[in-house]
Amino acid sequence: MAEAHPVGFQWVMEAKKRGAKIIHVDPRFTRTSAHADVHVPIRAGADIAFVGGIINYVLTNEKYFRDYMLAYTNAATILTDEYADTEDLDGVFSGLDRERRVYEWDSWRYESDAVRPAAGERSPDLTGAQLLQVRRSGRGEAQGSGGAKAEPRPHTDPTLQHPRCVLQILKRHFARYTPQVVAEVAGVPEQLLRQVCELVTENSGPDRTTAFVYSLGWTQHTVGVQYIRTAAILQALLGNMGRPGGGIMALRGHASIQGSTDIPTLFDMLPGYLPMPHQYGNDNLDAYIAAETVEKGFWANTRDYMVSLLKAYWGDAATQDNDFCYGYLPRLTGSHSTYETVLEQLNGRCTGYFLLGQNPAVGSANARMQRLGMASLDWLVVRDFSLIESATWWQNGPEIETGELRTEEIKTEVFFLPAAAHTEKDGSFTNTQRMLQWHHTAVEPAGDSRSDLWFMFHLGRRIRQKLAEAGRGASAPPEGVASADEWNRPVLDLTWDYPVRGPLDEPAAEVVLAEINGWSSDGTPLSSYTQLNADGSTACGCWIYCGVYAGGVNQAARRKPGTEQNWVANEWGWAWPANRRVLYNRASADPDGRPWSQRKALVWWDAGQGKWTGHDVPDFIADRPPDYRPAEDATGVEAISGTDAFIMQADGKAWLFAPAGLVDGPLPAHYEPQESPFVNLLYGQQHNPVREIITHRDNRYQPSGAEPGSDVFPYVTTTYRLTEHHTAGGMSRFLPYLAELQPAFFCEVSPELAAERGLEHAGWATIVTARSAIEARVLVTERMRPLQVGGRVVHQVGLPWHWGPNGLTTGDAANELVHLSLDPNVHIQEDKAMACDIRAGRRPRGPALRDLVREYQQRAGITAQTGTEE
Amino acid sequence: MSTRVAPAFAAGPTDAAGGLDPAARSGYADHPPRMGFFTDTSVCIGCKACEVACKEWNKVPEDGLELTGMSYDNTGSLSASTWRHVAFIEQIVRAGDSRWLMSSDVCKHCTEAACLDVCPTGALMRSEFGTVVIQDDVCNGCGYCVSACPFGVVGRRETDGGAHKCTLCYDRIGDGLTPACAKACPTESIQFGPLDELRERAQGRLRELHDAGTPQARLYGEDPADGVGGAGAFFLLLDEPEVYGLPPDPVVTTRDLPRMWRHVATAAAALAAAALLSGLGQRS
Repeated sequence: MAEAHPVGFQWVMEAKKRGAKIIHVDPRFTRTSAHADVHVPIRAGADIAFVGGIINYVLTNEKYFRDYMLAYTNAATILTDEYADTEDLDGVFSGLDRERRVYEWDSWRYESDAVRPAAGERSPDLTGAQLLQVRRSGRGEAQGSGGAKAEPRPHTDPTLQHPRCVLQILKRHFARYTPQVVAEVAGVPEQLLRQVCELVTENSGPDRTTAFVYSLGWTQHTVGVQYIRTAAILQALLGNMGRPGGGIMALRGHASIQGSTDIPTLFDMLPGYLPMPHQYGNDNLDAYIAAETVEKGFWANTRDYMVSLLKAYWGDAATQDNDFCYGYLPRLTGSHSTYETVLEQLNGRCTGYFLLGQNPAVGSANARMQRLGMASLDWLVVRDFSLIESATWWQNGPEIETGELRTEEIKTEVFFLPAAAHTEKDGSFTNTQRMLQWHHTAVEPAGDSRSDLWFMFHLGRRIRQKLAEAGRGASAPPEGVASADEWNRPVLDLTWDYPVRGPLDEPAAEVVLAEINGWSSDGTPLSSYTQLNADGSTACGCWIYCGVYAGGVNQAARRKPGTEQNWVANEWGWAWPANRRVLYNRASADPDGRPWSQRKALVWWDAGQGKWTGHDVPDFIADRPPDYRPAEDATGVEAISGTDAFIMQADGKAWLFAPAGLVDGPLPAHYEPQESPFVNLLYGQQHNPVREIITHRDNRYQPSGAEPGSDVFPYVTTTYRLTEHHTAGGMSRFLPYLAELQPAFFCEVSPELAAERGLEHAGWATIVTARSAIEARVLVTERMRPLQVGGRVVHQVGLPWHWGPNGLTTGDAANELVHLSLDPNVHIQEDKAMACDIRAGRRPRGPALRDLVREYQQRAGITAQTGTEE
Repeated sequence: MSTRVAPAFAAGPTDAAGGLDPAARSGYADHPPRMGFFTDTSVCIGCKACEVACKEWNKVPEDGLELTGMSYDNTGSLSASTWRHVAFIEQIVRAGDSRWLMSSDVCKHCTEAACLDVCPTGALMRSEFGTVVIQDDVCNGCGYCVSACPFGVVGRRETDGGAHKCTLCYDRIGDGLTPACAKACPTESIQFGPLDELRERAQGRLRELHDAGTPQARLYGEDPADGVGGAGAFFLLLDEPEVYGLPPDPVVTTRDLPRMWRHVATAAAALAAAALLSGLGQRS
């Protein structure tokens, strides 16, 4: 965190000053470790085993926060007898369709009196192939603000003794994560695990809370989502959710990445975590609502949110009669993640590409494939501060050097448009705590630089103008569309009337914020998402942001100093939803509505006033007393009981066991990374059986574990960032003051590995995988520590990934090495744990580079099938 | 701690902490309190924001794009084009408590500043804040200050021939602003303020660390009795100064000058006498 988020780390230092203990888990000893009380060196790719070991400790020693767990988690909920665990099936869950590589997750359900839905699917008409396509779309990110479908009123056993209750299932599931096994798998010595277990549990309970902070080291795995799930289970058991000082903080990869999932740049979502409609099962608004709405809690109001969004998009054109233009929305036909998009480029189906502040030529996994994809396009638009590699690969990319591409033969037309920096435009950042902070234009952008808002608005304006002028029949509509006019309607009907200001015609960002906030039919700004309606009388661009412009005031621009308000500081910026700073903070009070302790008081029930009150905005129905119990037939918000603290969840509980929402299992299980020198010591199942595999000649996988050829890639490697650089380097390698601080791409190795491979400090090394070979300067450092894993020593190679051929400091991109095997929930690549070889000296130049990679592939016996087995 | 060199300075006005008041000695009759830096290296996270902020504000040029191989320190040392330098010292123990020390070094703004003493043009001056500043438009690039500095802080820049170093953001503090490095520091490792306040704060922090079981913690440059009369920019270190590349016992290099001149005068007189005597002898 000190390494990649130094500004945020000041608060860790502040906490440390007040007595907090810092534990840092990382393969390397980093700038964060330097300030931690305990550093846990771990084998990259083994975190589920490690955290699973802590869960096992908590369960075995009954260190959980029993009252909290019983009241606010699904520990007591009983599962159906159809559920079979990894304990029963040697590492997989019930419902695995091995042939099609998907889980049928009906058997993960809660037991209840409700009638079982037909074949578990919400749209019974779907054929097997259609269902497969829907599942492959894996819209897991739609769970970003809580709540997949589940039985709202399951059977429970408050004594927690029923063999099929979640707590008992959990105990069985994690029993094998013993300290001995964790040591073997993760390389974490038993006494070190013990120390962490004691620190975490002693610091959790009514009086104390523990927070988890993770970054991309946890997400970028073929089981990335399950990494986070493991932490979620532990935090729910310990009562660390919804309470001050608790929680699980995702430190995102860029400023406002939280904002870019809330109002998504992701293919599978609409604003506010509304699922993007799928080709199958979402034919019209009613079908969509039926399929995507839960019965209980605030997600029961999906229709209000969706209709208000459609009204924000299409304004007066959206009416009850035309389904509020729901038909204008694009449809998913499978996974269209950034990596599938590259495949479609190579297949010739994706012919144009916009890159706004993104540098995939060096910044995305399997960088060579990214460039080859771009070389297959008709046109490419790059908007950035400087001439990044994604704008120049056709001229000086690695494939020009290897002779795989010739500049004069590349047909892609590349447009480079200079972008304005955040200091040159108005707008907001949303940070990891869901807090929006507004920034104002400090200076006008220089030269031809323009903001992204300017670009998008004026591009849309010009396209609309052209379509309107062209009129009927100017361009032939695709098959099945009656006329060009019909084809163009979704664009022509958009509300696209933002006012512009200044000499550059910059659109007013605050008006966009006001639209996101929403307004009633007379234009009055809304103040809460509870005001949204499904009858078309409200428009709202993102329901969870409703209230950010309450009273016509930009709430995100508030900057009242912390010294002038209480410690929650609700008047600094604005946090979704409803300016709540701690999500699910009903859980900070006991079931009767009293704080668990005075030290950790946050919100509580004020019986005198008949409402919830406290330091933070209560994340609960304001006047719902703790003893409220809903009627049997209650639905939606009425069905939330006075103790259902997790109000966005279908059953009002924090999920120790996830009966829905994840495509790769209801509980986390340790699987080896796609490429690993080790066999899975925990299960017979080596990999995540439903991980996404992309079979392509430029994306060959390596053998793993006991497979022949695995020893060709004997070392573990992981990528990471340095404080001095920013992501793919577009904002740092071109700046002298940053470039000089880390002026060369390097790898970090232990003295032991250096001795084993004859690597010289400050000399050169070549790192090889089945995709490519790169060269790096060598930093031999004791901060890299060999670990004991699976009965032998394993060495790890550290690779900061900021470099590329352009800028003031240049070097090979670590992403050349990375394969495309993805987490099936969110389609993220596995940069954080791979296997590689390392050798002394520089890599070959020209065509000899590919020869070296081929030689490695042959030596390891790699074929198209290697690594694709489940 | 190493033994202190007894102060050998001329008597003069003193500041609140009992040290000499350099601004008053330089003729500022009515002046603001002496300002300085307290760099608490125990909370430095090595982010180098100080280096970048300093260069941005002071328009200091880039200083070389070489990988040094010295841990994460690619800056190397203070120089004409590096006015803040973060040192990284790896003390890794395979079984035990490893440390990775980080420390942001800067010009010490000495009470007894040799650089200022030797400057023949008056380019180096004492400000009303008690800091030491080089005036670019007066400096003739002779370089005397470079060799005079006991810390190796001052350097000459090849591109303009002039000597350059930290000004303690003279052009900011006069306007009531915090120097760029301290402003950018996310963990308050670099603290700016009136020197006597900083010294008090540093003593408190030192006690805190000693009580928390860090006996190696020590202050460096805060003592008005040291060889430079106390620094205007002082440090809390977690190890011997040498570990950070700092001289353990810095002495103002002009300390012995008066004595040296006396010796020279004596020697010259002796020579003259000898010459005279020898001349007399020849004649006789």
